[in-house]
Amino acid sequence: MSTHALLTLYNRRCVSVADIPLLEVEEFAAALASSIASGWRIVSLFGVPEDTRALRLCAVLANDDRGLLGATCALVRQEYPALSTSCRQAVRFEREIAEQCGAIPTGHPSLKPLRRHPPDHAPSAWTLPPKNREDFPFDVVHGDEVHEVAVGPVHAGIIEPGHFRFNAHGEEVLSLEIMLGYQHRGVERLLEGSERGRAVLVAESIAGDTVIGHTGAFCGAIEALARSHKTPRAQTIRGIALELERLANHIGDLGALSGDVAYQSSAAFFGRLRGECLNLLMTISGNRYGRGLIRPGGVLFDIPPTMTSEVLRRVERLREEVRPVAELLFENASVQSRFDGVGVVSAEQCRAAGYVGVVARSCRVPVDVRHDFAYGVYRYAQIPVATAWSGDVYARAIVRWLEVQRSMEFIVEQLAALPRGEVLVDCGALRPSELVVALEEGWRGEIAHIVMTDAGGHIRRHKVVDPSFHNWSALSAAMPGNQISDFPLCNKSFNLSYAGHDL
Amino acid sequence: MAFCRKVVAETLVFDYLRARFGHRFTRASLGPNDSGLPVRFRGRPVFAQLHGDVATVDGTPVGETASEHRRRDLPIIDLGRSVFAPEETQRLDGQAAAFTQDYRMAASSRNALLTSGGEIELAHALDRKMRRLLGRSLRLRLVAAGSCGGCEAELAALSNVVFDMARFGIQFVASPRHADGIVIAGAVSENMRDALEKTYEAVPDPKIVVAVGACAISGGVFAESKRVLGGVPSSIPVDLWIPGCPPHPLTMLDGLLRLLGRADHLKE
Ligand code: SF4
Repeated sequence: MSTHALLTLYNRRCVSVADIPLLEVEEFAAALASSIASGWRIVSLFGVPEDTRALRLCAVLANDDRGLLGATCALVRQEYPALSTSCRQAVRFEREIAEQCGAIPTGHPSLKPLRRHPPDHAPSAWTLPPKNREDFPFDVVHGDEVHEVAVGPVHAGIIEPGHFRFNAHGEEVLSLEIMLGYQHRGVERLLEGSERGRAVLVAESIAGDTVIGHTGAFCGAIEALARSHKTPRAQTIRGIALELERLANHIGDLGALSGDVAYQSSAAFFGRLRGECLNLLMTISGNRYGRGLIRPGGVLFDIPPTMTSEVLRRVERLREEVRPVAELLFENASVQSRFDGVGVVSAEQCRAAGYVGVVARSCRVPVDVRHDFAYGVYRYAQIPVATAWSGDVYARAIVRWLEVQRSMEFIVEQLAALPRGEVLVDCGALRPSELVVALEEGWRGEIAHIVMTDAGGHIRRHKVVDPSFHNWSALSAAMPGNQISDFPLCNKSFNLSYAGHDL
Repeated sequence: MAFCRKVVAETLVFDYLRARFGHRFTRASLGPNDSGLPVRFRGRPVFAQLHGDVATVDGTPVGETASEHRRRDLPIIDLGRSVFAPEETQRLDGQAAAFTQDYRMAASSRNALLTSGGEIELAHALDRKMRRLLGRSLRLRLVAAGSCGGCEAELAALSNVVFDMARFGIQFVASPRHADGIVIAGAVSENMRDALEKTYEAVPDPKIVVAVGACAISGGVFAESKRVLGGVPSSIPVDLWIPGCPPHPLTMLDGLLRLLGRADHLKE
C-alpha cells in the first residue's frame, strides 16, 4: 500500500506540487506507518500553510537500500490526531510542527517546545496561545538517592549553548534530557524571505562547521528549481571542498576525543592537522571554513593548475602526517579501554529512530547520501561507505578515521583529474509550484534542504534538516547506564550541532 | 644537553617551542603582507584606486595616495557589518572595493569600524591600571548566543598548539566567576539574552567584554531576524570589537594583544 500513497522522487530532481498525493490525515498516518514498517525512514515532516485555516503536512521519506525518496501530503485543521501514536519517528517532527505552525496533534506523548519561539509558519487565521517552556517541566526520576544534575546553557568549554538535565544515581546516569533552542535565529524564515544573494550567506551560517555541506544542499535545491546545470568542474570542486570539510571536522573530533581521555599528544597533533585542513579550504576559498566558495550555479573560485599542485602536495603531506598520529591513538590500550563500550547505540535503536551519518554507520546501519542518493561528482567517483559494528565511542572514532583516509584518497584522485571548463553558470528564476529535496552527506550525516515554490516562482517554504536534528536523541538514548563523568567523552563522540538543530 | 641549554638561553622561549613543534607556531604580530595567509584570504577591505574605469588593487591603504577630496567621496564601509563575502567587493554603491590580506582589524569602539578609505584605527591598550591587573594574565569566559558555531570554532583554535594563546597568559576558563571578562559570539538570540546577562553579572569587577564576529557586532547575516537582538545589547559595554565571519584567529589574537598593550612588545 505504501507506494501508492507516496510519490517517488530523486535527490535534487523537482516534482510538481500538484503531483504529490494529498491524503486524508488518517490515510497519511497509515501511509507513514506502513512505509516505515517496510524499511523507509523520515527525512523530514513539516508544515506549510495552505490557506488561512488549513495546514499542509508534507512528509519526505527515504528508502536507503533502494535509493528512493518519497513524498506525500495531507491537509489538516489546527487540531488533528497525532501521527506519533502510530509512528515513533514522527515524535520530534510533530513537536517541531506544533511549535512552528501552532498545530495541536492530539494524543502526542509530549509537545514540549524544541526551540522555544512563537510560531512562524502558522495559517494566519489560527489563534495561537503563547506556550511557555515552564509549562513543560523536566522529566523527573523518583527514588531514594536519585539526584538531578543541570548543566548549561553556558558550558565549561568553548562550545555552543544547550542545557543538559541528568537524573543520576550516584555516578550512574538514569536519564538525560536535552533542552535546546538557545541558538535559535529564525533561519528558515530568513531563507524564505531574503533575496538569493543574502539567503546564500544565511545558508553558510546555519552551522559554522558545516558551511560547505549546508550551502551545497541549499544550492542543490535552488539549481534544481532553476534548471541550472553545474559544470563537471564545479561539481568536482564542490566534492573536494566537502571532503576537506569532512577531514577538518573528523580530524578535529579525533583530537577532541583524545583530549577528553586526557591523551594530550594526539590531541595536540590532531589539533594542528585540523588547522591544516582548514587552511587548505582557505587557500581555495579565502576563508578557513569555505565561506564564499559555493554559490547557485557552481563555485566562485576555480582551482587553477598551480594551486592544484600545491593542494595535492599538502594533502599528500597531511596523509603522511596523520597516519602515525592515528596509530598513536588507536594502538594505545588505555585509550581503547576508555573508548570501549561507552555510549552504545544499537542498530535497532538506530533504525527505529532514524539516526543518520556517523552515528548510524557506527552501529552497522550503512546509510550515506553519497552512496545511496549519489549526486554531483559522487555519481562518478564512489567513496566506500565506512561502517563499524559496536555503536560505542570507539566505533564512532574508528568510522571517522576510516572516512578521513577515504576522503584524502578521493581528494587526491579528483585533483589529479579535474574536468576542464567553467566553474560558474547562470542560475535564473525558479520554476513555480514545484518541490525539490536536496540531500547532501555533510560530515555529521544527512543534510536536507527541501524547497517548495508558489505559483509565482517564489519560495513558499524552505525546510532545513541538519543531521543533528535526528541525532540529538541518540545522545539521550546512549547515556543511561553510563557514568556521568563519561558524558563529555560521549557527547564529543557524537559532536552534534546546536546551531544546526536550533536554526 | 649543552646544546639544548644554549638554544633555550639564546632564543625566546616560544621560539624554542616553535622549533619543537616544527616551526608551526604563528607570530603574534606580523606585517600586513608577511602573515603567510593565502592570496585569496579576505582581510581588511579597502577601496581600490580607480584609474579610468579600471580598478587596481595593490593592497595599500588609499590614504596616502588618494586626495582628501577623493576620500570624502568614498562610501563608508562598516567592518562590523561585513561578513567578508566575495560579492561585497562589488556591492558598495558601485565603487570597487577589494579585500587586502591584512588580518588586523580589531578596534576599541564600534565607530572605529566605520571607514571610508579602508584604514581603521586599531584597538588601543586598556588604561594602566587595567593593564597592570590583566596584562600578563587574562582569563576569559565565552558566551555563544545565537551564533552559527563558526566563531566558537575559531576561538577554540586560539588554544591549539598553532595559535597557542596561553603563551601570552590568555586563557579561557570554565566559570564566569573565575574570569576577568567575557567574549561574546553570536547575534544574541532571545533565548540566550538572560543567560548572557547573568554570565556578565557573574564576572567580578573590573571586567572586560570582547565582541567577536559580525553577528555579535551588528547581527551579521541574522540582523533582519526577529529572533535575535542584533548583536551585543547596549547594556553590556564592549571593550574590543573583532570583525569577521568568523574572524581569523590571528585577527582575534592581534586584537587581544593590542588591548593588553602587548602587540608592539612582540613585534619582530
Ligand atoms: S559572525 Fe559569522 S561565523 Fe561568527 S557566529 Fe556569526 S555567522 Fe557564525
